[in-house]
Amino acid sequence: MGAEVVAGNDTAGATPDQSTPDQSTPDQAGPSGRRRLLRQAAVVAATAAVVVILPLVVSEFRLALLSKYLVFAVVAIGLNLAWGYGGMLSLGHGVFFGLGAYCTGMYLKLADAGSGLPDFMGYNGVTSLPSMWAPFRHAWFALPAAVLLPMGIAALLGALVFRRRVRGAYFALLTQALAAAFAILLVGQQALTGGTNGLTNFSTVFGLEPGNPRTTQILFFAAATTLAVAFLAVRQIVTSRFGRLLVAVRDGEDRVRFLGYDATRVKVVAFALSAGLAGLAGALFVPIVGIVSPADVGVVPSIEMVVWVAIGGRATLVGPIIGALVASYANTTLSEWYPDGWLYLQGALFVVAVVWAPRGLAGLADKFRRLPRRQPSGRPSEVAVGAASS
Amino acid sequence: MEVWLPQLFAGLGVAAVLLLIALGLTFTFGQMNVINMAHGEFIMAGAYTPYVLQGVMGAGLAGVAFGLALPVAFLVTGMLGLVLERVLIRRLYGRPLDTLLVTWGISLMLQQLARDLFGAPNVQVVAPAWLRGSLDLGPVTLSYARVFTIALVSLIVIAVGIYLTRLAHGRRMRAVMQNRQLAGCSGIDTNRVDQLTFFVGSGLAGVAGVALTLLGPVGPGIGTVYIVDAFLVVIVGGLGQLRGAVIAAVALGLLNSFLEYGSTASLAKVGVFAAIVVFLQFRPQGLVALRTRALT
Repeated sequence: MGAEVVAGNDTAGATPDQSTPDQSTPDQAGPSGRRRLLRQAAVVAATAAVVVILPLVVSEFRLALLSKYLVFAVVAIGLNLAWGYGGMLSLGHGVFFGLGAYCTGMYLKLADAGSGLPDFMGYNGVTSLPSMWAPFRHAWFALPAAVLLPMGIAALLGALVFRRRVRGAYFALLTQALAAAFAILLVGQQALTGGTNGLTNFSTVFGLEPGNPRTTQILFFAAATTLAVAFLAVRQIVTSRFGRLLVAVRDGEDRVRFLGYDATRVKVVAFALSAGLAGLAGALFVPIVGIVSPADVGVVPSIEMVVWVAIGGRATLVGPIIGALVASYANTTLSEWYPDGWLYLQGALFVVAVVWAPRGLAGLADKFRRLPRRQPSGRPSEVAVGAASS
Repeated sequence: MEVWLPQLFAGLGVAAVLLLIALGLTFTFGQMNVINMAHGEFIMAGAYTPYVLQGVMGAGLAGVAFGLALPVAFLVTGMLGLVLERVLIRRLYGRPLDTLLVTWGISLMLQQLARDLFGAPNVQVVAPAWLRGSLDLGPVTLSYARVFTIALVSLIVIAVGIYLTRLAHGRRMRAVMQNRQLAGCSGIDTNRVDQLTFFVGSGLAGVAGVALTLLGPVGPGIGTVYIVDAFLVVIVGGLGQLRGAVIAAVALGLLNSFLEYGSTASLAKVGVFAAIVVFLQFRPQGLVALRTRALT
């Protein structure tokens, strides 16, 4: 699966004579079409088997953790669409994740409260339900909002910013400022958002009892299914004409514009989709973890999301999933084992990944697999290399 | 009168510190296309410098130690920056987004290092006697610490201005910033200019850190509080532009201060962000921009 590197920076220019570059034929150096199909079927079957068997063998606690990692992988897939394929490094995906999470959290809080007020509002002297909260009483509003609200905000920000060709590092820093402002706002508006504590203490989760093994299993399957669907959707997008256009915009925005395409629209759509996936993940995160607080959405969590993609391999399809799973697992394990060491290791991992393995784990796997039959790497891409140019 | 004057003064105080932080960023960003997220940790290193010096020299010499900390912090963080540039950033020229990620990794490690060296709780630097108290001007009282900060930053800005326009080193720096290749062709050792820029930029962060100890306690995370805002100053001011950075820092400091007064601190942040997005609609390159015909 690691071979599904779609138009990575150096492959884009290295295959000039192929009329259909490697998007449609992920493993073009490898076996024929039928064998590839077989192998894909095997991978799908194996993945499905793992998903079905895991809940039977893993403790409930670990299963809940695993569900959380799967949710993170959904974020990573989305972020990769914007950054890996679109060259838009967002340091503010925590905001979109958080919007999704808070939408669901508000619904769960209100479901708890019945006709009354959520508990934390009472502590803050709120006597009647703020109008902002009212629509979230209904699941049919809250759940779509968890995806559509982040998409809307991302589209608005993207439209404003990309239209004026603010890009690269400027864009990254702007989104980081957005993440900072969002977290500060959540903390500051305590009566509306629960402040630093966030939204927690849910006594029901969509009619299920939290902490019950059955609930944990259902949520695990929900997370796994969402991840699978998100993966397939992003693969579809990336291999479509739109996906190629997106990569083209990443590698040479002005050239795409000169060819008559609306580069701004391509970027806005990709960024909004990416934000939507983050929102979706946020919506799943709350029932699984049972809490959402500003600590899950600020500057640092947002950068951690970027870490997942960087470690796994940007602009690869499976890389971000692997990255999210590996990094989150390492985070949990190492912080249990040696809490202070984790930050050193995380920092070091990040430095190593970006400097020496810019295409991450997936890129490394790909390199080793192809090593024996690899052509001397082709001429360098003429365009100043993609994601890095600004 | 009584209401807005203290706000104005508080805003200028914030602006002064932001400006000092943003100066280093704007030059490294503008000249080398490096986004140094570890700049925040250079601030932290600078802020711990007077704490360490006061510890070494004893309570009796706290004032002297503080004064001494200004040049020492400049050297210490400047050297830190130089090492970072030589070891890592050099490998990443032309990949600005990657420099952002790598330096963020470094900043994580430096924060943890500070936690291990100095402990996680905040420490307090003893302000020298001559900086305690405040100046009573009838309607407003100005704390000496803030007056000192504003004066210090003004001096540094003037010095940097002279450096950039009058001294050969500074002129070379501007030449490299405007056109690296042409500067190289004209015989400027761009590599050395880069090192010097990074040294000076990081050193200024250290001085900013020392100034911050007057405003509050020092902790391992002190840099992260300011770094995001400092980058906004860079974006609004325009890359590598002293004049732009000064105007942007003052504007953002005042805007933040007055919005905070008009609403709450948390809404003010959102207001400032919205204002910047709107501003970029009109001047996407920042207040002061180099004119260039280059694409992308």
